[in-house]
This record gives sequence, C-alpha cells and structure tokens, in this order.
Amino acid sequence: MTASSAPIETVELTKRYGRITALAGLSMRVEAGSVFGFLGPNGAGKTTAVKLLLGLARPTSGDAVVLGAPVSDEPAHRAARRRVGYLPELFRYPGWLSAREVLAVHCELARLERPWGAQIDAALRTVGLAERAGDRVEGFSKGMQQRLGLAVALLGSPEVVVLDEPTSALDPVGRHDVREILRSLRARGTTVFLNSHLLSEVEQVCDRVAVVDHGKVVAQGTLAELLRSDSVRVRAADVSVDVRAEAARQGFALEGDGDRLVAHGVDIERVPLLVGTLVRGGARVYSVEPVQQTLEDRFLQILGERH
Amino acid sequence: MLVTARLVLVEAARRRLILAVIGLTLLAVVLTGWGFARIPSVGTVPLTPDQITLVAAQLTILVAFMFSFVLALSAVFVAAPAISGEAESGIALAVLARPISRLEYVAGKWIGLAILLLVYAAGSIACELVVIRLAIGYAPPSPPVAVLFLYAESLVLLTLGLALSTRLSGMVGGVVALVLFGMTWIAGIVGGVGEILGNDTLVRVGTIVKLILPTDGLWRGAVHALEPGSFFIAARLAGPAAAANPFYAPAPPAAAFDVWAVAWIVVVFAAATWSFRAREV
Repeated sequence: MTASSAPIETVELTKRYGRITALAGLSMRVEAGSVFGFLGPNGAGKTTAVKLLLGLARPTSGDAVVLGAPVSDEPAHRAARRRVGYLPELFRYPGWLSAREVLAVHCELARLERPWGAQIDAALRTVGLAERAGDRVEGFSKGMQQRLGLAVALLGSPEVVVLDEPTSALDPVGRHDVREILRSLRARGTTVFLNSHLLSEVEQVCDRVAVVDHGKVVAQGTLAELLRSDSVRVRAADVSVDVRAEAARQGFALEGDGDRLVAHGVDIERVPLLVGTLVRGGARVYSVEPVQQTLEDRFLQILGERH
Repeated sequence: MLVTARLVLVEAARRRLILAVIGLTLLAVVLTGWGFARIPSVGTVPLTPDQITLVAAQLTILVAFMFSFVLALSAVFVAAPAISGEAESGIALAVLARPISRLEYVAGKWIGLAILLLVYAAGSIACELVVIRLAIGYAPPSPPVAVLFLYAESLVLLTLGLALSTRLSGMVGGVVALVLFGMTWIAGIVGGVGEILGNDTLVRVGTIVKLILPTDGLWRGAVHALEPGSFFIAARLAGPAAAANPFYAPAPPAAAFDVWAVAWIVVVFAAATWSFRAREV
C-alpha cells in the first residue's frame, strides 16, 4: 500500500481469528483534522480495527496506514505512533502510581521532550483531574480512570487521537466534558478517530462517520450525507385521489390522511416537481419540509437493511 | 526499556513486596543465627572444632537451599504474571500503543526483575553468612561464587517464567515453571542414583534434564562453592552414595555447562521476545 495523505486509511483490512472473521475487508479513509465516528453493533469489529491501527494486533490481509506509516512496516509504524494518542476501551493504569506519575510514564514512553510538567498539568486540567494529580490510581473510580486515560491520550498534542468508547464509564457531566474536548481537538486540527456506541454523542461531534457491520464498512460519509432523507413532510389541503395517483405516476408515494402527508422518494431536486403536481391537481400546499432522521434511526435502518 | 524496568522496581516497592521480603529474610537470618550459635552445645558430648565446621558447613548449605528455594519461587511468582497480567488487565494496551517495541517491553521487564533478584540474592545471602560467621565463626570457602550460581539459577527461572508469561496466564505459567523446577531437582537426584547403581540410562536422564532446565546444575555449583575441604573427605568416606545427595557436589559444574546456562537464558529470552511479538493484546 502506498503512503496515504490521510492520517488514517485502511484498504481491505481483514482479520481472522481461526474460523471467526472479525474484519472482512475494511476500507475507509479518515481525513486530516476531522472527528471521525466509527459505529457498529457489538461484535462488528470496531475494537479489532482500532487494535490493528495501533499495531496491537496484526492483519490477516490488507493494510492500514497511520500517519503515512503502514502497519505492515513495523519500525515506521512504531515511529509514527509517537504522534498518536490512544484511550483503550479496556482502560487500566497501574494502581500503585499516582495520576501524575502515570502521565509522566507515558510522556517517557511517547519519547516526548522534557520537561513534561506543564503538559502533564494541562492534560490533568483538561480532564478535570488536577485536584487528584497526586493520588494513587487505585483509589480512582472507573470514571476517573477513564478521564485519566483521556489525559494519557492527549499528552504531547498528538496529531491523531484514537478513542475507543471514551465515555463508557462517564456520567452526563463527564460526557459533556468529553464532547468539549473533542470540539477543542477539532479546533486545533487534531484528527480524532472515535469509536462509540453512543450515537447521540457521535451525532453531536463527528464530521464524518462510518458504520461497520460484520467487519465491513456498510455506510460512510458526512453526517449530512448519511442522514439525508428522501422523504418530505407536506402540509396541504384538497389532496384528491386523482392527485395522489398522479403523484404516484411521478414516483412519489404519498402517505397519510387529512392535510398532513409524508411523501417518499423525494430528493431535494424533485421537491418543485412534487409541489407542481399537487398544485396542478388542485391541492393547496402550505408547507414542505424534509424529514430529519436521527443518527440512531439511520443506524438502525442501515443495519435493518442488512439483516 | 528502562522505563519498563523502573516500573517493575517501583511496583515491587509500592506493593510492599520488598518490605515483606526484607522482613521475612531478617526473621530467617535471626532464627538461623540463633540455631548456628547453639551448634557447639547441641549434643551431650562437646563437639571438636572439625565436627563443628562439618555441621556448620552442612547447615550452611541447607540454609543456602532455603534461599535458593525462596529465590526460585520469587523468580517464578514475579515473572509468571509480569506480562500476562498486564495483557489481561489492559494495562499493556496503552503501553504497547506507544512507540515501544515488544523487545523493549520484554527486556525492560527482565531487567527490572533481574535487578530485584540480584539485590535479594546478594543481600540476603551476605546477611546470612555474616550472621553465621558472628554466631559460630564459620565462613564457607567461596560465598561470591555461591551467590553467582544461586542468582544464575533464579535468572533461569525468571527467564522461563517470563517466556511462559507471554502466552499463559500468571497462574498457569507459575505452576508450569515450578513443576519443571521440581522435576529438574528430582532428576538431579535420579542422575546421582544412576551413578551409585552404575546405570547409564539414569545418569543420562539426569544429564539431559539438567540441560533442558539448568537449575539443578547451577544449584550444585552453589553447593560446591560452599563446601569446605573437610566436606570432601567426609563424602569420600560415605562412598558413592554421596552422589545422590542433592546437598553435595563433588566438583563444580563444567565450564561448558556454565556457558550452556548463559546460552539457555539468552535463547529462552529470545524465544520470549519472539513469542510476545507474535502475541496480540
């Protein structure tokens, strides 16, 4: 695979564990500076993909490039990981170290230039652990350990931050904080790869998303592209049977009784044609508005179409 | 590599492993010192100086065996979960995603644990020998050589434990390493019995097992370094039966065996690194 300009790119990335296929030719591209949501049901292969991207597991076939370094080129990939921050889904840090010491260890592991004090303090402040900097991790709640993991991932202002379910142990305040952190990372130009089950969260912060199922990307694009609906809500009076029939001939399926209807098969370019058809048939049209899908609706729809 | 090694030492200190080991070792040293001081007055008839030396030498070897056993167990207990524990708990995920190679990770663990064992081996045995000297005036002929062999024995088990830790859980790896250690010790005795009986097959079994896991051969090296000259005379009087005594060594291990023991550590360490490189966390 040739070097890619995208911070993360995978081509036909496949991972098999014996007879089980965790990833079945995953191809995706994460653009620089974007917050990329990686969605999928349990067992879809999301965490496997993350582990392959970080060199924690090896692909059976295909390749992935992180910051220009293919995972198949171990020394180059290892060097590239200096510029990557990672919060694992299974976040655990040595309980016998203090939060500050954990961060210092990771500064050293990431080969960051000394002194580290200022960036450790900044990371602790960002995740709201400044008050507990000197406390041992073994006394931390799960949520605090996840915040610490987030601080670890933010050390050294990495170019790419990979977050695997970063809010799984957090309360609503913590989730809000994480969203703010993600927004500030985007503002700074950091590329974020966000693996999350929480679709509302993804919807709020991600620029692009990929939906993965059975180890394959089944849908990807910007949120606008993904949530684009081919249905519009129409408020109109005097919609006769003949008008409905004419609309059907034009490819519009009108649902509903009275003056509140939903027309399917209407992309944005065909809205004038729909309105014209209704008006010509004697209907009085008061409003036409697109039906907005939530990411959750779309997610379920995509998976529903495949099962 | 150094950060991983340092973490091993900090963990041992913070989890009070070092404190517990120091406390128990001091207790053992005090009790054995008291026992050694009572040697001259133990029998109904006063012992001659030669007899005292002989008894003190034999007891010193037994005490060395206790330290050998503690070192072996410690090596296995700290090494067997060193990698598997972090891989299973998830601690390794964040560490290995950093720009650190698997070799650095395994080597760091090995160095940290080897330092712990070195400090314990040298410190505890030196402490014990000083107390024996003060208690009864006996000093074995080559304590540094004995410490070296005992330390090498613990390094063999450390390396084995670490290699097993790359694939097996701490509990399973620990049990496997200890069973192998015990089997090797018994095989050493079997080899000695083979010598008494003139049975080449048994001798060969002893030799082969000694090569597969060189702990017993190294233990014999430590024993030989602790034996005074009078010991060999007494052993000669005991005849060929002395060969089966696991607390007696008529000769130091051959230089080739020493080289083999070092090579064994290097090869098993390389295997551990290779195994962990292939492991997915």
